[in-house]
Amino acid sequence: MPTATLVQRVLGSKTLAALTTPHDVDRYLELVNPMWAAREVRAQVLEVRRETRGEHPVATIRLQPTATWRGHRAGQHVQVGVEVPGARRTTRCFTIASAASEPGEPIELTVRAHAEGLVSRYLVEEAQPGLVVHLSQAQGDFTLTESPATPTNNHLLYVTGGSGITPAMSHVRTLLRDGYDGHAGRKVTFLHYARSAEDQIFAEELQRIAWADNGVRVHLRHGDDVFSEAALRRLVPDFRDTDTWACGPAGMMQLVVDAYAGSPRLRTEHFKLTTVPGAGGSAEGEVSFTRSGAGAANTGASLLEQAEALGLTPEFGCRMGICFSCVSRKSEGTVRNVLTGEESSLPDEDVRICVSAPVGDCAVDL
Amino acid sequence: MTSTSTPTSTTTGTPTGKVHLTPEQLRAFGEELDAIRQRVIADLGEDDAAYIRDIVATQRKLEVAGRALMYLPPAWPLAVAALSLSKILDNMEIGHNVMHGQYDWMGDPGLSSRMYEWDNVCPSEQWKYSHNYIHHTFTNILGKDRDIGYGVLRMDEGQEWHPYYLGNPLYAFLLMVFFEWGVAMHDLEVENIVSGTRKLEENKALHAGIMRKVKRQALKDYVVFPALTGPLFPLTLAGNAAANLVRNVWAFNIIFCGHFPAGAETFTQEECLDTVDADGKPEESRGHWYYRQVLGSANISGGPLLHLLSGNLSHQIEHHLFPDLPARRYPEIAPEIRDLCARYGLEYTTGPLHRQLFSVAKKICRLALPTRRTSTDGEPAQGPVTEPIAA
Repeated sequence: MPTATLVQRVLGSKTLAALTTPHDVDRYLELVNPMWAAREVRAQVLEVRRETRGEHPVATIRLQPTATWRGHRAGQHVQVGVEVPGARRTTRCFTIASAASEPGEPIELTVRAHAEGLVSRYLVEEAQPGLVVHLSQAQGDFTLTESPATPTNNHLLYVTGGSGITPAMSHVRTLLRDGYDGHAGRKVTFLHYARSAEDQIFAEELQRIAWADNGVRVHLRHGDDVFSEAALRRLVPDFRDTDTWACGPAGMMQLVVDAYAGSPRLRTEHFKLTTVPGAGGSAEGEVSFTRSGAGAANTGASLLEQAEALGLTPEFGCRMGICFSCVSRKSEGTVRNVLTGEESSLPDEDVRICVSAPVGDCAVDL
Repeated sequence: MTSTSTPTSTTTGTPTGKVHLTPEQLRAFGEELDAIRQRVIADLGEDDAAYIRDIVATQRKLEVAGRALMYLPPAWPLAVAALSLSKILDNMEIGHNVMHGQYDWMGDPGLSSRMYEWDNVCPSEQWKYSHNYIHHTFTNILGKDRDIGYGVLRMDEGQEWHPYYLGNPLYAFLLMVFFEWGVAMHDLEVENIVSGTRKLEENKALHAGIMRKVKRQALKDYVVFPALTGPLFPLTLAGNAAANLVRNVWAFNIIFCGHFPAGAETFTQEECLDTVDADGKPEESRGHWYYRQVLGSANISGGPLLHLLSGNLSHQIEHHLFPDLPARRYPEIAPEIRDLCARYGLEYTTGPLHRQLFSVAKKICRLALPTRRTSTDGEPAQGPVTEPIAA
């Protein structure tokens, strides 16, 4: 819509920014209506649909993003920030399950509530229509290289496990929505492993896809029937020469990667999980500084001291936890605040490295 | 006073108001403060978030009202008042406190110490270095804390007198009027360049940041908003300048009451080395750091409005003990801190705004002249200004 575009251009203009400086235009807009934004992306929950019940229930959350949403390609993910009880904004990454979207179009996330997952549990159990969440733009390159408009004879293979089904679902939904036709001799093989039949996400839709005359073959495996190279070979004998998208839990992914023996046709997507804190503070595990590539065995000292011992020169000030000069992003692992003894295991968390000592493995963006 | 003096189980007063605490007492003092800190941190949550968001919403509304009222010439004083209040809230209760990381636990980028930029010509990045790090770490240590006189004034007897300081009252007045500019230039450490301990090249990196911020602030207040009011350009320009002036005067006065009233102590670098690190190098213990924060700071007593408009810097002592706790918690823990200080025989300096201001003004004038050795040495008789509490 041209008027909407015009509004967005005005909101994003330098003139308006010159008036609101030093604050962002969004800091004013959000006070009027949280769905008005010039730069940030937010979304309103339209609907929460239960997909499965059981111990770790799954729900699909339909979101209406702000006009700033630039759309997504099938297979991409998005950072979702929600304010969990205690007024702490917590951000996690979720794959978009719905078909590719245009700017400003609604999207759907299908989320499993993990016992440890603050955000996933909040989205599945607490979220109500009307709730506003914070989004990033779509990220990731676990995307469909094929276009339904320019068909090729390439066979597409999906191997997924558990909630790893979501990016593959986005691919297949996009293909079918945009007029994919399997009659040209082109196949899609969809192989999915779920813990049990009742844990199977998208069961009805997958059944409809399987029954329809569309060239998509769906194979669902439940329970003890876990991934094996032999089983895959029976389904797709030349799998190493077939464009494959694999996404699932770490154990399954290792088997898949081994089976493909380095074939460039395999594309993988890993989930980052919250690590369980080790018992007590100890000097175990590895500390890695991801930006510099440095790493060493954890000495138990503060992250700042360990970085310096490896020859890095992170910014710092007071070295006693008061000035926030040294705040860095911890991407994975658990740290203990040496002042309070408090441990924290959230991924992608900003920590004061002068008073944070790693507990076990830890990765910091330095 | 040094930590090597004979350990004693009782506290003894010295002419300067500094009390000797044994290493054990310092440790216990620090542990009690750590416990208070931890208790407040464990309790942070929705109320703190709602409070700061409410203040932010109020500040934005005041700003919008101030800008809008500039279109109504008869409402000019009202416009200036609204804009002044907006700038004061933005700089003090929001900016200063958010940049201390007091709300970082919320994970809201709009209230994050790493992202927040304030309505002031000093870039937040440079402010955080000189304030959060230098001033809060080395509070009131002569030769280390550049906030003692800001490199311009003589605010302590420990600063050697020079005929230049005859202008002390004038410099203080100018600093008050142009406070935001003084704050912006603070990081350039001009006094150290004059004395030759800092090279001009070291400032090159800072210049770009300051110029960028100055341009944006000046463009907004002195060009774009005045231009938007068309024929009222001069009136709007004057109104915006007035609001900046009001903010400057207010911020200067509050901040000068933080460490300069009689009763607030300064320290030499040697007296702060009360222990040794693992390699045997002298360093300051955490307990002594707390001790120094208490003795080096002064509170302003008053009502809730004063606390809000001062960004709770009226609780300077509590702020210096716990710079990263949300400031709205300072009034809540103040009675406990006061009681703790009483138990350890430490002076808890406080007084109403007018009295603290008078005390500071007197000091500015007195230190313009060389220190008289006989009568002014160790002036415990500033009785009405400080409220010493007997142990």
